[in-house]
Amino acid sequence: MRSLIAALVAVALLAPAAPAAQPRASLTDIEDEVMCLECGTALNVSNSAVADQEREFIAELIAQGKTKQEIKDALVAEYGPRVLAEPSDEGFELTAWLVPVVAALGALALVALTARRWRRARRPDEPDGGDPGLDPDDARRLDAELAAFDR
Amino acid sequence: MRARAYWPVTIAAALLVGLLAYGLTTTGADTTLDAAMAKGERVDPPTTDSLPVLGGDGTGSLADYAGKVVLVNVWASWCPPCKEELPLIQETHEMMSARDGTVLGIDVKENSGAALEAVEEYGLTFPNLRDRDGSFVREWGQTGYPENYVIDRNGKVAAVRRAPVTREWLDETLPPLLEESA
Repeated sequence: MRSLIAALVAVALLAPAAPAAQPRASLTDIEDEVMCLECGTALNVSNSAVADQEREFIAELIAQGKTKQEIKDALVAEYGPRVLAEPSDEGFELTAWLVPVVAALGALALVALTARRWRRARRPDEPDGGDPGLDPDDARRLDAELAAFDR
Repeated sequence: MRARAYWPVTIAAALLVGLLAYGLTTTGADTTLDAAMAKGERVDPPTTDSLPVLGGDGTGSLADYAGKVVLVNVWASWCPPCKEELPLIQETHEMMSARDGTVLGIDVKENSGAALEAVEEYGLTFPNLRDRDGSFVREWGQTGYPENYVIDRNGKVAAVRRAPVTREWLDETLPPLLEESA
């Protein structure tokens, strides 16, 4: 029995992995990653004649059984790289990639600096991090009130 | 202390304003060509970049037609007014090619299959280049479809029409240019 299980495990481990099934491309999946070149908006929210023609082109490729990547490659070949709803990684469009990264780093640095400043500001008054106690004026007033109450 | 905290905010705001200004200045149509035409001047084409040939291999450009009068017709099959003027444009090409001129079509923002269907449907015999994303015609200050530009024998822009052509406009504009020598 043990040898049978070992054999089954060995077969399972040695068997080549089944190729991952390629998901069938769909218009709705591609539309939001493609631009309507005339409208300057994503294809899924565009209603111009150019957008209709682009959709027709994609639908034809889907009918031919092309994958999503093959369709995007064909779109770039026919319409140029601007047809994809992502900025290029050169020239001025590079800023579209850099600005979010720089902004995120800036925000992190700001949070770190602010936290450090807060911690420094609190230290002199509360060395042990406990209750800071009463203001001297308040303490005097409290003592006076208590004394009056005792009388 | 507080003043020191303001400078990153100031720099960030300046960068944002700069980006906004850049966006605003680059989205409007270039009117240089129109201003020159209004003064009756002939000017160099805004660009003579090479473009892919429609239905063929390789690229072509205005430079391939040096010495000829060229009617540059900006069109697309998804544009009904463009299709309406195509028969007149084809007729004009036949007239011009007999007089050392040509029509050069610039098919904009469409896949070559759709464009070639229109070429066949309208029996177009003039050469066509593909401006795949419209960046070529943008440099010409394009504002709509169709548009037509006329290049004289010296390679200068002699006329611009940012609307469908009419027979009257063609008859007024082309014959004098076809008469000229380089």
